[in-house]
Amino acid sequence: MFEYCTDPKLIEGFQWWSCYLSNGKHMSFYFSFLVVLSLLALTVPFILLFGFTGALARRSTFAPFRWFGTIYTSMVRGVPDIIFFLFVPIAMDQGIEVIRHKIKCSDWPEPIRQGNDFVVCTAAKMPLSSSAQWVHETYGFMLATIAFAIVFGAFAANTIHGALGAVPKGQLETGAAFGMSPGQIFRRIHLPQMWVYALPGLSNLWMILIKASPLLFLLGVEDIVYWARELGGSKTARFAYPHGDWRLGYFLFLLVFYLFLTWLSEKFFDRIMHKLSRGQNTAAGMS
Amino acid sequence: MSCFDTFTSYALRSIGIGERLLPKTDFTLCDQVVLIGSGMIWNVYFAVLALTLGFFFAVSLALGRSSENPVFRIPARAFIFVIRGSPLFIQFFLIYEAFVLIPKMGWDINLGFIEITVETKWLTKAWLGALITLFLNTAGYTANIFYGALRSIPKGDIEAALAIGMSKRQIFWRISFPTMLRLAWPSYTNEAIFLFHATALVFFSSFPAWRQKGDSLYYASYFADKTFNPFVPYPIIALYFICFTLLIITLFGYVNKRLNRHIAPNT
Repeated sequence: MFEYCTDPKLIEGFQWWSCYLSNGKHMSFYFSFLVVLSLLALTVPFILLFGFTGALARRSTFAPFRWFGTIYTSMVRGVPDIIFFLFVPIAMDQGIEVIRHKIKCSDWPEPIRQGNDFVVCTAAKMPLSSSAQWVHETYGFMLATIAFAIVFGAFAANTIHGALGAVPKGQLETGAAFGMSPGQIFRRIHLPQMWVYALPGLSNLWMILIKASPLLFLLGVEDIVYWARELGGSKTARFAYPHGDWRLGYFLFLLVFYLFLTWLSEKFFDRIMHKLSRGQNTAAGMS
Repeated sequence: MSCFDTFTSYALRSIGIGERLLPKTDFTLCDQVVLIGSGMIWNVYFAVLALTLGFFFAVSLALGRSSENPVFRIPARAFIFVIRGSPLFIQFFLIYEAFVLIPKMGWDINLGFIEITVETKWLTKAWLGALITLFLNTAGYTANIFYGALRSIPKGDIEAALAIGMSKRQIFWRISFPTMLRLAWPSYTNEAIFLFHATALVFFSSFPAWRQKGDSLYYASYFADKTFNPFVPYPIIALYFICFTLLIITLFGYVNKRLNRHIAPNT
């Protein structure tokens, strides 16, 4: 990055560090923080969508919807999230490939599962083996996002279901007495009042989501954990910047990053909670 | 190989007893159920020990956090903040790397008359290293739950105890501690479930599985990799986890009933 970095063997001290910390791999490391943050930002709308769908399905008067909602919301209580993270991307990937296989290669004679192999025609591969590296990476990232959204959507559905039930009945009955339609009651009274009950659960969920984000590494995404291991591992003299095993240092840095992120979120949610509580029919809203 | 044979050779595979080689081809459903079940031994081992040991540490941390003496309060508070603010996954990596580095530094303890070299190698083994991580993690989360419960003990109860002349120690053992447990128990049940689920991360993240002795998820992902079929091993492991989760809920439910036995049931 700097001019004096052309031969890192000759420099030392501050110059060495400034070159070391700004080399290409470190730039990828810094970029991977954006990957993690964008995963967090991207999943939130999906989590809320899945959460609302799950919660509304659970409240539905139509029994099959209700069963679906109940199963969806209770599955995360019994099964570790990591199993979903491993299962959902492979299952989705294979599902997509089977569908594409059925459409594009309908004349294919052999079955897809042959013993221990999973074979689809080349045209059905997702993404195509000829596509660029970034397509593969984006596809993997997308599958990871969906896996996160499904799992945390179920958590969110639990919270939202509870919050919808916590809105005082009198509030809704008043709406009905004014002659509002069920849709109006939901939009104008039920939904706005629900947030204050849902927020503690949702903020807690956000904390869990932040703390689950390093699991991206297990899904093969080049995230901060990947780069911390890559950069921290000891480098022999063959490398431009030889050093010993510095992984401990890199992981300490990640720890500080996460501590900062959770601390910041906590402050943020405290402020929102304070704002939302204003004028609400709760203890915090009275003052 | 019949299913019974599979059971005798692989039921204790995860702790190194039985057949050494894992099945390589022709995976039957029985193979998968037995081996993944065998891996559950580790999950149960980690969960039971970490929860039991963590409970005592958590109580001391909660007391430390609510103490008026800053010597106890500040470290307890910092510990809880670090544990609760960072991902368990990172904690695993960090502690593993730290334990890997310790033996390299050498560790001699001089007791004056005798010099002992402390064997630190087993810290990098999962059975101890990961257990320590899980223990610290659950202690941090549980301490926060207990601290919250300590603060919600009705003031009147303590004042009543003081009024009849109980000593501080008596008040703690007879009033504060039981009330704290009673108030904290539902959240503590949740924490126990979360910790049990977290044990799935041990062999999968940082601590290497030695001689393919791994936990249930290690075997499940082994089968998923070999067969390219995630639809068999993952549902199996999910069912195992659901059963054990229900067991935790039942056991903790009994304790909860006992803790609340003097309270009139809600009708």
